[in-house]
Amino acid sequence: MTPKRRRLWLLLGSLGTLGVAVALVLTALNDNLVFFYSPTQVAEKNVGPERRFRLGGLVEQGSVQKDGQFVRFTVTDTNKTLKVVYRGILPDLFREGQGVIAEGSIGPDGVFTAREILAKHDENYMPKEVAKAIKESGQWKERK
Amino acid sequence: MVDLHFLANPARFRRFSQRVLPSLGFATALMLAVGFYMAFFVAPADYQQGDTVRIMFLHVPAAWLSMAGYALLAGLGASLLVWRHPLAALMARAAAPVGASFAAVCLLTGSLWGRPMWGTYWVWDARLTSMLLLFFLYLGHIALSRAYDSPERGDRASAILALVGVINLPIIKFSVDWWNTLHQPASITRLDAPAIHNSILVPLLWMAVSLLMLFVLLVLLRTETEIDRRRLENAEAAA
Repeated sequence: MTPKRRRLWLLLGSLGTLGVAVALVLTALNDNLVFFYSPTQVAEKNVGPERRFRLGGLVEQGSVQKDGQFVRFTVTDTNKTLKVVYRGILPDLFREGQGVIAEGSIGPDGVFTAREILAKHDENYMPKEVAKAIKESGQWKERK
Repeated sequence: MVDLHFLANPARFRRFSQRVLPSLGFATALMLAVGFYMAFFVAPADYQQGDTVRIMFLHVPAAWLSMAGYALLAGLGASLLVWRHPLAALMARAAAPVGASFAAVCLLTGSLWGRPMWGTYWVWDARLTSMLLLFFLYLGHIALSRAYDSPERGDRASAILALVGVINLPIIKFSVDWWNTLHQPASITRLDAPAIHNSILVPLLWMAVSLLMLFVLLVLLRTETEIDRRRLENAEAAA
């Protein structure tokens, strides 16, 4: 084996080992690397009251109610839902049917009290006219 | 396939780059001018995000190129460590600050885009954090390559860092698929058709090509400077 060959194999071997190590660490830390929990995950984990975490999902169609300074809506992952109450200014992209991430905790009444609301947008980009045309033709797919 | 082996010799590389640079510079300026015109005046506003979507034309190519630049850095590191390629170390020194600048542009434009759309300048989700790590890896590479008295030792240390850091590239790319993130998943590199309408996709790809040309231009220019600098240092050491 020439020195070049040996160095190449050494390099590939080290990178492979490092890759496996990183993959193992990331798998082990998976729970801490997610940015939010879906309503289903929240139900499974049985999160107690007063524990702060981020809840993510879609704002359920027709669920938004403005009530003075408070906004009430339901976050859904189409499987489970969770009621949210928030006092403050909503981001521009906050809409029914759009993704949302709320940070806060579940109160004793089972309602999630949000301290901060972030809007999540999807990966689709198009001009207004195209979006309108697709909706009119009935081809529009609402996100799950 | 064109044989680029002749470029391994720094003197020949220098002659090649001096021949190429003027026309490449002219073409890059032209491409960028057309690209910015398309980004601001031709591309339509997005149906959800309005005019804010135009930040994408800088943000996304900057992200791609900062990742491609790091892959280049790792490739150069490998050719230095395995094949003792004489030009690799010089080009790595030239490329690292360019890549770091593109990563910084990506982070800054992303932050400015995040505020109006998401409602925050910054969150520690997997995509944003791994991208910040890429920026720090670039800074580490720059610092490490200059940390030794002998430039050769700096070259080798930073080459090892470049290779170790390459693990971060798939993490950045797939962070939005592996974990829940605030950042949305990929629009273009996916199995079905791109999720971007052509009227927005074409300016985006145009800007990506223009900025790639700018990247190559800057790396060639800086590599020339590094060759001259190394020669000067060697001459001074010999004197």
